Amino acid sequence: MTSFAKPHINLKHAKRNALGLTRHDYEGAMSTLCAGCGHDSVTACMAKAFFELSIEPHRAVKISGIGCSSKTTAYFLSESHGNNTVHGRMPSVATGAAAANAGLTYIGVSGDGDSLSIGMGQFAHAIRRNVNMLYMLENNGVYGLTKGQFSASADIGSKSKKGEVNLSPPIDPVTLALSLGATFVARAFSGDREQLVPLIKAGLKHNGFGLIDVISPCVSFNDHVGSTKSYAHTYKYYHPAVHADYVPMSEEIKTSYAAGEAVPVELHDGGSIVLRKLDEDYDPRDRGAAYAQIAERDAKGEIVTGLLYIDESREDMAAMNKLTSRPLNTFPYDELCPGSDALTALQKGFR
Amino acid sequence: MSTPMNTPGINDFVIKLANVNGTGSASANGLLMKSIFRMGVPVVGKNVFPSNIQGLPTWYEIRVTGAGYGARSGNVDMMVAMNANTYARDIAELRPGGVLIYDSTWPRQHVLSRTDVTVLGVPLAQMCNAAFKVARSRVLMKNMAYVGAVAALLSIDVEVIRTLVREMFAKKPKLVDLNMQALALGYDYAMEHFECPLPFKVERLDETKNKIMIDGNTAAGLGCVYAGATVGAWYPITPSTSLMDAFKKWCEKFRVDPKTGEHNYCIIQAEDELAAVGMVVGASWNGARAFTPTSGPGISLMSEFIGFAYYAEIPLVLFDVQRVGPSTGMPTRTQQGDVQMCAYASHGDTRHILLFPAHPGECFTMAADAFDLAERYQTPVFVLSDIDIGMNDWMVDELEWDDARQPDRGKVLNAEQIESLEQFHRYKDVDGDGIAYRTLPGTHPKGAYFTRGSGHNADGNYTENEAEYQEVLDRLVRKWRGAADHVPAPIVKKAKGGKARWGILAYGSSDCAVLEACDTLAAEGLHMDYMRIRGFPFSDEVSDFVMAHDHVFVVEQNRDAQLRGLLLLETQIPRAKLLPLLHYSGEPLTSHFVHEHIKDAARQEQSA
Repeated sequence: MTSFAKPHINLKHAKRNALGLTRHDYEGAMSTLCAGCGHDSVTACMAKAFFELSIEPHRAVKISGIGCSSKTTAYFLSESHGNNTVHGRMPSVATGAAAANAGLTYIGVSGDGDSLSIGMGQFAHAIRRNVNMLYMLENNGVYGLTKGQFSASADIGSKSKKGEVNLSPPIDPVTLALSLGATFVARAFSGDREQLVPLIKAGLKHNGFGLIDVISPCVSFNDHVGSTKSYAHTYKYYHPAVHADYVPMSEEIKTSYAAGEAVPVELHDGGSIVLRKLDEDYDPRDRGAAYAQIAERDAKGEIVTGLLYIDESREDMAAMNKLTSRPLNTFPYDELCPGSDALTALQKGFR
Repeated sequence: MSTPMNTPGINDFVIKLANVNGTGSASANGLLMKSIFRMGVPVVGKNVFPSNIQGLPTWYEIRVTGAGYGARSGNVDMMVAMNANTYARDIAELRPGGVLIYDSTWPRQHVLSRTDVTVLGVPLAQMCNAAFKVARSRVLMKNMAYVGAVAALLSIDVEVIRTLVREMFAKKPKLVDLNMQALALGYDYAMEHFECPLPFKVERLDETKNKIMIDGNTAAGLGCVYAGATVGAWYPITPSTSLMDAFKKWCEKFRVDPKTGEHNYCIIQAEDELAAVGMVVGASWNGARAFTPTSGPGISLMSEFIGFAYYAEIPLVLFDVQRVGPSTGMPTRTQQGDVQMCAYASHGDTRHILLFPAHPGECFTMAADAFDLAERYQTPVFVLSDIDIGMNDWMVDELEWDDARQPDRGKVLNAEQIESLEQFHRYKDVDGDGIAYRTLPGTHPKGAYFTRGSGHNADGNYTENEAEYQEVLDRLVRKWRGAADHVPAPIVKKAKGGKARWGILAYGSSDCAVLEACDTLAAEGLHMDYMRIRGFPFSDEVSDFVMAHDHVFVVEQNRDAQLRGLLLLETQIPRAKLLPLLHYSGEPLTSHFVHEHIKDAARQEQSA
């Protein structure tokens, strides 16, 4: 099997973004995933978010690990560099890339298999470092590429396609991220683009590590009765708690929200994230409350979605390391090499 | 095996100091060595220490060598025995006629059991307990007190030591007085009670001008700064940790904007070696010069990413400061045990570029070379030093830097070049040298490609087509072979007078021992040509050297003759030509060991 290029059609009257580009300019190769895969919806949402934010495709970087979700970085933004790394190690490559050039927009795409088993260490430490990237965790509770084994996010009692019942407790990336000090934590559902696209936009604009855990059902191996990551189950227990939208600096915050309902959070680029609370007692700026709310809903079998937590005040990796604003990969050599005189001088200390 | 018997003389002897780890002896011993260096006399220092913070035995060996040899000789002429637990083995190691110094606060009859050595007791603890009030000082100052006694016995200029003490404690003036007092205690006691100086002693020379004393990790860290490295990712592991410490130190000196305090470098302490190398992959892929220092266990962990970088063609600089394996092995002991692992690290058909520095001076130059090679060949490059080079202070020529030197950033297309292309093919051999052009993220929309460790064709697209797969794989090995003439060339030292029938091959920290052994063998009438290999893949020069001799000894510090194995795999050299000479005790190689083995082998051949 080789990869297929998608036919590039630019409609005359297609909507253009601030750069004059159309949605098609944000597409990639043809997906090789199964028809109806939740991941393909997520891919479309990522493309749409980049388009709506008017990010030049070549100024974005897509990094992934191994698995169905990790393959999707080939299916959008064909004009940006992609790096399909090794299993569970996307975060370290993204970390190094962000260190070398903090001036690009980094999106990491991973899955529950890639992130929560072999990759859990790197996932955790990228959060601790607050690497400036958006981490998409396309979560289907199953290993698709190896045909249906449980992943670490499978719920207790969840049934595999072969009828096996999962007995081990799941790892929840959202509560894990909260406990590790993540500064942007969201949960979404691949079937709800209205919610997901604005979340991706907000996550891309957040200064620091953003996690979006996207429930993304696997139509081939985990969409049957008894699966808690199926379309049917997710639709039934899906509970949007807070709606997020990104508003660029140039636009005023819309007044469509009722007073007291909309909470704007200012971002480093001057834009804002506007949060519309659907649950009255939910405050996404209170880490403790976020935990409580998730646990409470979880006990009822509900999946809370939306931007569950945001903290725009913490320094990202670049700031913690006092990195210069000029990308490290652009420094001319003569600014980096101290030269022979300095070498002679410093060697006085070695006599 | 016999002990070497050549008698010690002026500026030609070995002091060994047997201490307890964590008692502050290391700085006193370093100071003793440096004072001899400052008297213009060449020295060799070897710290043989345990994998322990406090309590286990540790040794420091100082060879005073007016002739300027760089290896351990294998002799011990003076033993400063400060560890009662190791008295027995310490006294046994002394050459007949040698001198033992011990703390006679507690007289030990059994230390006198050897009648062929001179035992000198100095009541160090007693003197220090009387002179110092604080318990910690009483322990620490014993070190400086024995330095004083040794100085008297070897006629080391006390003023030189006093200057060093002032420099060492410049920021803690209180300690200067304490140390001076301790130094005098030992010195005065020896002058009063012993016949000073001994027949073997230090005499001023002028042989250390334009020399420095530096360890390989410090030099390699400095080399990374000079190479223009901006990203360093690492996970702490003995014995490579001090390499990143050095990089950080020099970056803080040279790479911080004095006005804004901003850094033009980024050092990341990773969660493990797997992440450390991943960060280097990410940074290098994104166009920064990036590196990771580690040791054998780290390379094992990094192997998956090393294969990825090889196949996806991402520059990678790795420093492997080798320690004793297998597994955890002996973490603070030296070995050349990672040669074959690094040559072919990771699954599938992979081959890498290796550099073998022989001393700290080459750690500096080869650090810079490694980045040039990694970026030129878009592939992992390993700098293989070891504990001996990495952590011991070596006397080497002053480091030099050519300000005209420009880094070789390899084939990276800029925005204008990409713009002028009809189409960019990431893995196409445009120039016929096996090296394709690469682009960096963020440069130009037409330069984008998908980096993958899965099967790919010349455009970087996924493929399972055999012809497309093989085209890339065959080019990779062509590219690698092309590096043979661009890694540092071997260095040959021809035997004096006529054609030598026998040769020696060695690499890395074995060099000094072999050079000295060649001199000793020549003095006995056995003339050997010597080639030091400095890089892999091997250039034709290596095979030519071997083929020009009847037999060639391959001197290595491992059990399995790993370089010899590489030579047999990668060249047409017949197996019987290469005679392994292997040392893998964990202690740095001695010239005596090399000399004895080759002499024995020659004798056997002559009698056969």
